[in-house]
Parts: sequence; structure tokens; C-alpha cells
Amino acid sequence: MQANTENTYINRFQKGVRDGIPIALGYLSVSFTFGMMAVAGGLPVPLAVAVSMTNLTSAGQFAGLSLMLSGGGYFEMALTQLVINLRYALMSVSLSQKLHKSVTLLDRLLIAFGNTDEIFAVAAGQPKEVGKKYMLGLISMPYIGWALGTFLGAAASAVLPENIRSALGIAIYGMFLAIFIPPMKKSKAVAAVVGISAALSCIFHYVPILNRISSGFVIIICAVIAAAIGAWLKPVSAEQGAAE
Amino acid sequence: MTKYWLLQLAVMAGVTYLVRMLPLVIFRKKIENKFIQSFLYYIPYAVLAAMTFPAIFSSTGGLVSALIGFAVALFLAFFEKGLVTVAVCACLAAFITEWIGTLV
Repeated sequence: MQANTENTYINRFQKGVRDGIPIALGYLSVSFTFGMMAVAGGLPVPLAVAVSMTNLTSAGQFAGLSLMLSGGGYFEMALTQLVINLRYALMSVSLSQKLHKSVTLLDRLLIAFGNTDEIFAVAAGQPKEVGKKYMLGLISMPYIGWALGTFLGAAASAVLPENIRSALGIAIYGMFLAIFIPPMKKSKAVAAVVGISAALSCIFHYVPILNRISSGFVIIICAVIAAAIGAWLKPVSAEQGAAE
Repeated sequence: MTKYWLLQLAVMAGVTYLVRMLPLVIFRKKIENKFIQSFLYYIPYAVLAAMTFPAIFSSTGGLVSALIGFAVALFLAFFEKGLVTVAVCACLAAFITEWIGTLV
């Protein structure tokens, strides 16, 4: 019976858990940085962990954290999260077609919560359609890793001396560079999008009057303009987009 | 403050979840519009770039240590080292620079 269903689609919880372990290890260190920065910025440890357990996204959480610490508005928060996390909409559309027909609406509501870049990439890379049990297994380890890493980072931050904490401030940006520099080498369009967005962001930061606009909106404005120019100049195929 | 943070947490989690959930439940067909596909493909890079610059230059105790940390990160990222390696080395470079600064 089990072997029979296994032939038509992938749905073993254990396989999902196994596939999720490498993702979980990667998440540990990223969420460690998040936990550390959250507490260094003044957030209580339980709140930092709560952010990770309810959001499960890196760029969105870092942007959200800086808004929380700078006292940004609720609308600004909503718009920032919408723009930064817009890519998940594309991934969800793509994942939607990868799910086996046995996956119910309720299952989809649950799976949607765990649709991160890496989990999506692994699910999309499976040779067959995937079922509910596989997806839940795949989400389980990264979720634990993300929450645990946040807690450890938050707890560690409280005991680290000031000079180490100040040097750690650059960690997240180093990580961002490691994400967007390699694709810039392969695609001139990505390089152009990054360059335009970075240049606009600097203009908003240094030019008088413009620098009064809060950071959340600046990210949205820069990213939307740069990505729109990129999409207009060099459209990409669905396969390329989904592979991201 | 705690009430404000909890409300912001709810807004954050709510929007993030809706963005993931609605397309998974509503859309069963592929997005055909090439511009939207491309826009969604470029968005993560554009967001990361806007978040990184110029914030990275004021991310440590001083401009010099930030610049050195940035240079090290740029170098390692260019040679496609892992996320953690790049982040840790950038921190080390910034830390050592600041430490040397206290000696002079």
C-alpha cells in the first residue's frame, strides 16, 4: 500500500525530515545572528524568539526588526513585509502546482506557513509531485533550527562584551553580500538591479529632505524601481524565476 | 513598548503568512505575465541591495572597520564562499581593525 502510493508521488515524513536537515543547519547560524541583533537592539529574548516562530523568513525579519526598534508605523511594517516577501507569492504559485491532489485546503494552509526560499527549492527539485507528509517533514527541521538558533543568539548577545557586539553588526550585511554577489557574476541584469537599488538607497540616505523618509519605505521604493527596470530591460523565463 | 512590539509582531507575521498562503490556496495556474514573473525574480536582490547600502558602512564601531569588513566580505562573496564564512570573516576583520585602532 505504502509502496504503491510512493510510486505516484513523494509522501514520506522521514524523507522530508532528512531533506530538511541541511536547511536547518544553515538556518541555525542565520537565526543566531537575528537573535543576537534583536536583543542587542533592545528586544526581550522571548519576543525575539516569537518573531522567528511566527515569521520564518530572514530578510523580512531583519527589516521588521529595524522597524520595530526605530518605532516605525504599522502601515509601514505591513507594506515593507509585503514587498520584501512578495517573492514567496511566486514560490507559492509554483509550489501549488507541485502538490499532489491528495493535499487538502487545510494542508495547504499549514504548508504555506513553511514555504521559505530553501524549503521551496528542495520541494520544487523533487522528481515527482509531493504530498502533505513529505512537506510537513521537510518543514519540521528548518523550523526547529530557526527557532533554536534565534534563542541561542538572543541568549548569547546578553553575555557578549560591547566591542564584539559592535563588530557583529556587519554579519548580516556580509551574509547579504554572499547572497547577491555570486548571481551578479552570472547575470548582468541582476548586477544592474543590485547597482540601481544600492545607488538609489544611498541617494535616499545622503540627500537632504529625501533622508527624512523612513528606512522601510526607502527599501520598498528602491527595490520596486530597480526590479521594475530589470524586468523591463531583461525579462526572465518562468524556469529561471522558479529556480530562485 | 511591549504592546507596540506585540502589535508590530502581529502585523509582520500576518502579512508574511498571507503573502505565502493566498497564492497557494487561490492560484492553481501559473502566472503567465512575463513582466510580473521577472519582477518577482529580481525583487529579492533589489531588496537585499537596498538594505545593505549604505547601512553596511555604519554597521560597526567606526567607518574604517566597516570598510575593511565590507572589503573582506566583498572579496569572499565574489569567490562564492558560504554565507556563514563571509559573515564571520567580515566580523573578524571589523573586530581586528577596531582592536588595532585601540592600540595606536
